[in-house]
Amino acid sequence: MTDLSEETGPYFGEFGGRFIPEALIPALDEIEETWRKSQVDPAFTDELLTLQRSYIGRPSLLTEATRFAEHCGGARVFLKREDLNHTGSHKINNALAQALLAKRMGKTRLIAETGAGQHGVATATAAALLDMSCVVYMGEEDTQRQALNVARMRLLGATVNAVTNGTRTLKDAMNEAMRDWVANVDDTHYVIGTVAGPHPFPAMVRSFQNVIGVEAREQIQDMAGRLPDAVCACVGGGSNAMGLFAAFLGDADVKIFGFEAGGEGVDSGHHAARFSGGRPGVLHGSATYILQDADGQTQASHSVSAGLDYPSVGPEHSHLHVTGRVTYEPVVDEEAMEAMRLLSRTEGIIPAIESAHALAGAMRIGRELGPDAVLLVNLSGRGDKDMTTAAKWFDYIDEGAVQV
Amino acid sequence: MTHSGPRTGTTLDAVAEAGRKAALIAYLPVGFPTVAGSTEAMVELVRNGVDIIEVGLPYSDPGMDGPVIQRAGEAALDNGVHTSDVFTAVEAIAEAGGTAVVMSYWNLVLQYGVDSFARDLASAGGGGIVTPDLIPDEAGPWLAASEKHDLDRIFLAAPSSTPERLARIVEHSSGFVYAASTMGVTGVRSEVDNHARGLVARLKEAGAERACVGLGVSNREQAAEVAEYADGVIVGSALVRALDSEGVAGVGRLAAELAEGCA
Repeated sequence: MTDLSEETGPYFGEFGGRFIPEALIPALDEIEETWRKSQVDPAFTDELLTLQRSYIGRPSLLTEATRFAEHCGGARVFLKREDLNHTGSHKINNALAQALLAKRMGKTRLIAETGAGQHGVATATAAALLDMSCVVYMGEEDTQRQALNVARMRLLGATVNAVTNGTRTLKDAMNEAMRDWVANVDDTHYVIGTVAGPHPFPAMVRSFQNVIGVEAREQIQDMAGRLPDAVCACVGGGSNAMGLFAAFLGDADVKIFGFEAGGEGVDSGHHAARFSGGRPGVLHGSATYILQDADGQTQASHSVSAGLDYPSVGPEHSHLHVTGRVTYEPVVDEEAMEAMRLLSRTEGIIPAIESAHALAGAMRIGRELGPDAVLLVNLSGRGDKDMTTAAKWFDYIDEGAVQV
Repeated sequence: MTHSGPRTGTTLDAVAEAGRKAALIAYLPVGFPTVAGSTEAMVELVRNGVDIIEVGLPYSDPGMDGPVIQRAGEAALDNGVHTSDVFTAVEAIAEAGGTAVVMSYWNLVLQYGVDSFARDLASAGGGGIVTPDLIPDEAGPWLAASEKHDLDRIFLAAPSSTPERLARIVEHSSGFVYAASTMGVTGVRSEVDNHARGLVARLKEAGAERACVGLGVSNREQAAEVAEYADGVIVGSALVRALDSEGVAGVGRLAAELAEGCA
């Protein structure tokens, strides 16, 4: 078997590829060529490194969560603090890098799909910084549950288009962004926000998120004196997870866990657990695991977290699932919300609900592995955007109170 | 080995031999407004001079379609259309003397089973599949199944396609190549992009025997303009709109008008 960390697409085992209209193939070829050249061009890598340090705030911290660890079977728990990045999540790592690439290709307009709004905010931020125009597609249901992020994007100068067709969530936003792209590909770059979509996006986005794992691997060896026993991340499309996992795929002794949104439970039919409740197919440009009915019509996903509410998953995750290198497990809404409250109260850190799925998973894994274990958890984003959901869930808003 | 229905190449050649400028190719989605209603409309198309019918398979994520076809597809899915309904429509078209192909996003064919789909399409009397999100590079199982069941592989070419891409598309296509006239999704346009003429010329240079133009044609004048240089004129959204607002008779009237443009 080839070294899993060396996979570069277009295929990851039997997954990946380019299942996309012919009209977009030249654009994908151009992106791939520009990306590959940029990876060995010091002018690009230096510019990105400078922005990572002076704008994003990298390297992000590694924080040992000692009080939270008491709820994880007493294992040592280290949090990779992507929540401390500028704009509040790991999404900026990819959005800024792709915006730089778009500039190199002479594009003047960025478009993006967004679920929770974090990728939309990151892309709008990159567009503002680099003087590009920006249009973000967001499912109507998500514009309502993530209204603050819509306001942030508009403040940053982006146009936010609420998508009202289909299930009105992330998958439909992606369809709409794809339609925009095919009509405007001459001046427009589509900043896909995760390790999904047609080749080269899965491999390219991973390469821009790799920095998470590269930093964390060094930091945890400094702080714990060794590699972790287990690495945990939440998996929607799967970019924060791939960014962390890639650095550890070659370490046979490091167990790797991806946590999908179990929603109201896999048996309820209301979830986004592609590996527990889906099967291989083709969606949004790549062959991968999908939630679909018997005919192959995409089924609506469900999660309390908009960022994990996606019926497909990056193709490399499908490969890591079938090869068994990574274990994927569902975490239900209730477990994730409880982990959100627990981290807030034990560490003074409010995680995004997406990241809370990884924390809930770490609690499970820590109890299995016991007090001698060292766990590394990706805290992919901060929870400010989720206050409306959390306040409702925990009943934290006084009756009759109105924010003015 | 099953015996498929009329192949598109045979139909297109017959149109040329009859001295008509171009064939008329019509798209309607199965299941809109109902399976029976769509089948009736497709038979009406055959009666009004349509040479080849593309039977669309509604899909939950139609990334290549504009609002008219999206809405029709959503309505069909809400009414419970299934993949197997496409064969009912194909059979009716074949019985009416028309040439039928299926247009489908790839996942639906994949989930049915590529070989099984080809087998059942051929035995229903279908002639091939138009594959808007499948490029020849990814089409291995379909290349084999189409050979085995004697079906046309209708790949799309775009104005942005490089000479190398066009050569590959032509090499793997059979029947005709679907020339997407514009960079964009399906839908009615006031002018058919002038990219189309150039793309057809480039396809012929690359060795294509037949090239048909789609995306944007909605009336007799546009059909006549495209018929000057293309082997076939493909109309979709305008017919779906006519079916929605004027019913089966309305679709027949529009088809007859478009057929005059192609004569």
